[in-house]
Amino acid sequence: MAVNSIERMGLLSVFFVCLFFNSAFAVDRGNFKTCDQSAFCKRQRALKPGQSPYRALLETLELSDSRLTLQLINDNNKVHLLLELYRLQGNMTRVKINELKPLKPRFEVPDVLIAEPPTEPLSVLSKDDNGIVLSLGAESQRLIVSARPFRLDIMEGPEVLLSLNSRGLLAFEHLRLRKDTQAQPDGAEVKESVDGDQQQDEGQKDDDGESNKEEDGLWEETFKSHTDTKPNGPTSISLDFSLPGVEHVYGIPEHGDDLKLKTTDGGDPYRLYNLDVFQYELYNPMALYGSIPVMLAHNTQRTMGIFWLNAAETWVDISSNTAGKTVFGKMLDFVQGSSEKPQTDVRWISESGIIDVFIMLGPKPSDVFSQYASLTGTQSFPPLASLGYHQCRWNYNDQEDVKSVDQGFDQHDIPYDFIWLDIEHADGKRYFTWDPHKFSEPKEMLQGLMDKRRKMVAIVDPHIKVDSGYKIHNEITSKDFYVKNKDGRNYEGWCWPGNSGYPDFTNPEMRAWWASMFTYDQYEGSMENLFTWNDMNEPSVFNGPEVTMHKDALHGNWEHRDIHNIYGLYVQMATAEGQIQRSGGVERPFVLTRAFFAGSQRFGAVWTGDNAAEWDHLKISIPMCLSLGLVGVSFCGADVGGFFKNPSTELLVRWYQTGAYQPFFRAHAHLDTPRREPWLFGPENTALIREAIRQRYALLPYWYQLFFQAYRTGTPVMRPLWVDYPKDTATFTIDDEFLIGSDLLVHPVTEEGSRGVTAYLPGAGEVWYDVHTFQKHNGAQNLYIPVTLSSIPVFQRGGSIIPRKDRVRRSSACMENDPYTLYVALSPKKFAEGKLYIDDGHTFNYDRKKEFIHRSLTFANNALTSSNLCPECNFLTSSWIEKVLILGASKPSKVLLKMDGKETPVDFEFDSFMSVLTLRKPGMNAGDDWTLLLQ
Amino acid sequence: MTCLHLLLTLGFAVSLGTPVEIQRPRGVPLTKKQFYEENKPFTCLDGSRTIPFDRVNDDYCDCKDGSDEPGTAACPNGSFHCTNAGYRPMFIPSSRINDGICDCCDTTDEYNSGAKCENTCKELGRKEREVLHKMAEITKEGFLLKRQLIEEAKKGHQEKQSKVTDMQENKKQLDEKVEALRTVKETAEQPEKEAKERHLKAWEEQKAAIRLEKDKAKMAEAFLELDDDADGFVSVSELQSHAELDPDADGTLTEIEAQGLLGGAEQVDTSTFESVWPKIKDKYHSESQPEEPAPVETPPDEVKEPVVDNDSEPYPEDDISEEEDEDDEDEDDYHEDDDKAPPTVKTPEKSDEDDEAMPPYDADTQALIDAAQKARDDFEEAEKALREMDDQIRNIEKELSFDFGPDAEFTYLYNQCYELTTSEYIYRLCPFNRVSQKPKFGGSETNLGTWGSWSGPENNKYLLMKYEHGTGCWQGPNRSTTVKLTCGKETVVTSTSEPSRCEYLMEFTTPAVCQEPSNADLSPHDHEEL
Repeated sequence: MAVNSIERMGLLSVFFVCLFFNSAFAVDRGNFKTCDQSAFCKRQRALKPGQSPYRALLETLELSDSRLTLQLINDNNKVHLLLELYRLQGNMTRVKINELKPLKPRFEVPDVLIAEPPTEPLSVLSKDDNGIVLSLGAESQRLIVSARPFRLDIMEGPEVLLSLNSRGLLAFEHLRLRKDTQAQPDGAEVKESVDGDQQQDEGQKDDDGESNKEEDGLWEETFKSHTDTKPNGPTSISLDFSLPGVEHVYGIPEHGDDLKLKTTDGGDPYRLYNLDVFQYELYNPMALYGSIPVMLAHNTQRTMGIFWLNAAETWVDISSNTAGKTVFGKMLDFVQGSSEKPQTDVRWISESGIIDVFIMLGPKPSDVFSQYASLTGTQSFPPLASLGYHQCRWNYNDQEDVKSVDQGFDQHDIPYDFIWLDIEHADGKRYFTWDPHKFSEPKEMLQGLMDKRRKMVAIVDPHIKVDSGYKIHNEITSKDFYVKNKDGRNYEGWCWPGNSGYPDFTNPEMRAWWASMFTYDQYEGSMENLFTWNDMNEPSVFNGPEVTMHKDALHGNWEHRDIHNIYGLYVQMATAEGQIQRSGGVERPFVLTRAFFAGSQRFGAVWTGDNAAEWDHLKISIPMCLSLGLVGVSFCGADVGGFFKNPSTELLVRWYQTGAYQPFFRAHAHLDTPRREPWLFGPENTALIREAIRQRYALLPYWYQLFFQAYRTGTPVMRPLWVDYPKDTATFTIDDEFLIGSDLLVHPVTEEGSRGVTAYLPGAGEVWYDVHTFQKHNGAQNLYIPVTLSSIPVFQRGGSIIPRKDRVRRSSACMENDPYTLYVALSPKKFAEGKLYIDDGHTFNYDRKKEFIHRSLTFANNALTSSNLCPECNFLTSSWIEKVLILGASKPSKVLLKMDGKETPVDFEFDSFMSVLTLRKPGMNAGDDWTLLLQ
Repeated sequence: MTCLHLLLTLGFAVSLGTPVEIQRPRGVPLTKKQFYEENKPFTCLDGSRTIPFDRVNDDYCDCKDGSDEPGTAACPNGSFHCTNAGYRPMFIPSSRINDGICDCCDTTDEYNSGAKCENTCKELGRKEREVLHKMAEITKEGFLLKRQLIEEAKKGHQEKQSKVTDMQENKKQLDEKVEALRTVKETAEQPEKEAKERHLKAWEEQKAAIRLEKDKAKMAEAFLELDDDADGFVSVSELQSHAELDPDADGTLTEIEAQGLLGGAEQVDTSTFESVWPKIKDKYHSESQPEEPAPVETPPDEVKEPVVDNDSEPYPEDDISEEEDEDDEDEDDYHEDDDKAPPTVKTPEKSDEDDEAMPPYDADTQALIDAAQKARDDFEEAEKALREMDDQIRNIEKELSFDFGPDAEFTYLYNQCYELTTSEYIYRLCPFNRVSQKPKFGGSETNLGTWGSWSGPENNKYLLMKYEHGTGCWQGPNRSTTVKLTCGKETVVTSTSEPSRCEYLMEFTTPAVCQEPSNADLSPHDHEEL
């Protein structure tokens, strides 16, 4: 939750009240910086293209097996940079640029890459005074290093795939000693010697004469009464990328904006800086809670990705230039001919650190996903229960309240798996504790849930109440684990508990200690069905600049400036590790986080923060989660119903219907809103919500299987249509509908009072089946679907097989041994395939002991066959196949089950009107080999 | 299932003296046994289709209404019947069959899940009977109390009504008395007024004579002073020595001006000076006396004299609302103080000439005044008594106008308050008035709502009370409280909670809602089945 509820915060200062009271009903933009108010962004953005002062010193080239190094020089100030080029396995190129001899080390982001990426040999094809041509191995890919000005072009055959510094916006502000008289951004023409200690200023003024103004932001910067002392001076970096032939770029979450990124000309760049934004606005590039500096570029021929590994405040400019008016391609014109084709130019600007870019060359969307996954890892495989429905509210008041809500679900026959406790559950916001009056018997409460095979999540935020009577605070203090302020004392800021310290999660020892706090003896009152929610981990500091930590705070040797965007990742990492450890490494963790960074997918789920009960917020939940899925984070959801304000009943119902088809499905509400448990809106609406949640539960086998795929390959679970239809340009900007896996297309109703929606069904020559009526529709058409309040337009792709568990029970655990129904949707060629994945649902045994069932289901030649995809795996299930529905079938004369060499007849029914063949109770175990023959 | 049927089956079993196992498919209640005849095709209970009997409870859903699978979880809309011998039978959704959770106390819902369920029906039955017994006792005693309450209320009502009648009678008399006393007062006041006026007039005349006397003496003295050469005339030049007499205040008294003052003459004698004196006497400074500043009238500014409104009317109803206001924000207190600030009263200006007090009234006048004052006092006293009577009548009438329940059984709650102390707050319920919350460890009281209405369900609206329009919440509604009434021997607030922000729920026991115990409620074992 964001900053608010003045009434409850008697502790907080009047200052705080004043700061936030005005912003009661919408984001107060004035609390957050624009590029103009962020000194480095303004400085960098003022640079003009086409004047790159950087030159490659080809004579310094060194090539080892897989690594090429080369020095660059800034001709204006004579500072030398070191360029490193790597060819990585899996069709990726890594480009690193750092100072050759920095005054002190510059920050390089650790813990994001799962390993040092394996390299492949690079070889020089040719070299002359103007540049070098390197071979990137397969598919005639080459990397051209041009010397003057420095630029890189990646080519495949005659095509330029991507160029770096083609607009000359590479800028690297080198570390320097403070001289109060003179300081200039690097792009400006200041000549300095290579060695920082003998800088000779020739004092040439900046072209645009703004040096005095800019100077203010170099060594100190003030925003809204907060002064950022900058002991290291200007350290920002920037690089531009040109993407010829590309009109569609995606990614760089988190923004409350459309799926397709917009050009930023004339406005602010997209900002990546994890912030606790109170009542955020939609359709703008403002920063939100998380940052993943990964952009995907897509056209009908190819999908590529750019991963800018930098955890400092980052801004991304996007422009589109079909006329090709940039400096692109002077030396390449001979292969390009006319350069009239569309082009997207992108520019990344970060406040500190180094340039470390991974260029993922695809070419298919799935290749980019696996390339990115090979760098930062895949989505953690969640416990099955966490894919069920989550009931949350700020706050369930006490144990009795929890019990009565739990009973409410049973009384109204609505399944759920998790009930959540927000900050009020703890004793005075001291996380890891329980309010002694309201939650005096947490184990009794948890046992009550366990008896119903349900679970709980309790919040643990990273701000720690400064209170000498609080064990957690005392231990952190004694171990000296707190973040320090610029003067070396413990950094303190205001958050929910009042004055708070912030543990330094970048410190591995701190993380190990934090993880140990989740053991059952340390976290008193916790049990194995208690899981964790990390909120406020941007980190949120109510009285800090932009409601976050001062950039000059210190994490060991590094400034907060350097690590800001990765702080939240570390919080979730340490928490998830704690959950794994408490079970001796047996059980899978479940941790939800609000802040995130590249790699956060390895640690759990994320949600889109403190949204509002408005139709636009319902709509935006789709592109926001799609954008996250594209860059690795599949386990994404938005607060169902909207966090702030009160949803109308219609909005609430529509939100349940949408949320039921999004990966992380949790209802949540602000403290000040009236109660909105699903049964509080009359029996009709209760029935609608029950039905939406039941549809979710019936599809859990499919969701689970998709998460297994995501865990294995990095493929997003919820994805834009273009991922599966990359050549269909009609899909490129669609973000009001989406795919779950490849086989379900969902077009939720997100308009108030809607009487119909128009869904685009992709795939020329393909068919789609309405999952509710089994009506068949042709692909490659815009289909108008009349809707009522009960409609959730969902279609199954012809050619797919989806296993469901149609016996919906109280919780996912209760459905463990239930039988499957297979929904076989035939393609026009009477073919279909799908997968079935089964394991115990909660341990790591699928990984450590290969205890799972993975089967391929194929319908071809009038036979449906289940075959084992993992013969070496070993898992027993009591689930069986109770029913098979074949959509688009013709009537057989008989159906035989072939198993263990025996053939037995199977009863069936045929609905000739809808062409649905239903096989009655074939009865084989879900883990067995079998074939059903239609004759 | 009807109670009657249960009773019949019970009677059947008891009459045989031994429990009888009645064969029927799993999950089917006895009432529906006849639809499930073994070895005969089964027709779905909605009549939608007929299936072979071996498809009943075969763990596959054939009927849309779920009726073919009463004992399995195969149908999404099925329901399972557990007999729960020793306790009460019930239906559960068939999705709860074999889900690993024990729902039926007789364990019959978990026949194939591995869940270790224990048959708790006997225990539950015993407990329920205990509870029912206790409840029945409470209800019984509560109902007796309620009867008393009704009696008392009836009595109280009658008393109040007759009191009102009496009071109205008294009021009439009082009215008359007030009128009579008013006449007496007015009669007494007339001679008083006249005597006072006479006295005043005499005093005024006397004062005028004295003033005249003084003026003449002053004039004579001035003439002597002005007549420097003692020739018996005041000349222009002699007058000019008194610059303060300068009519145009330019600092010099010119010859022409002086002559003007003397009425155009060069000099004037004492008798002519009489006509000059009025023109100069205000400015004239005696030479013999030190110059005194002109007596500027500066009465002490705004002397605050609190208005003592002894005779202001008591407003009991307003008292309540004032109290409420005080519970609000400090701001309100502040405004209120402003309102209450006593009006500033200026002391009557004293004329400098009134240095002599008016002589006391003569005995006759004083007697008249005393008589009038007494008449006034008598009148005011009577009038006050009348107002008080009015208020009392109004209060009783207001009380009589409340809906205190069908038999006025809630009357006793009126004018009472009940408190509950929790870990943080003291909650206070004053029925038909207001609900409030006060922090236990200091802090101001918060109004959680003032009496709104009975708001229970249609069949008994007296089960819930609604208190509304309490102190507003930040970004939210005004606080409100629902009070849930349950039967109890004592009148107590048993719990409070805030299920939704600023919406409070208070549980309150009172004998006033206890229902007349029915015979059925006193014999809970009727609910047993086989």
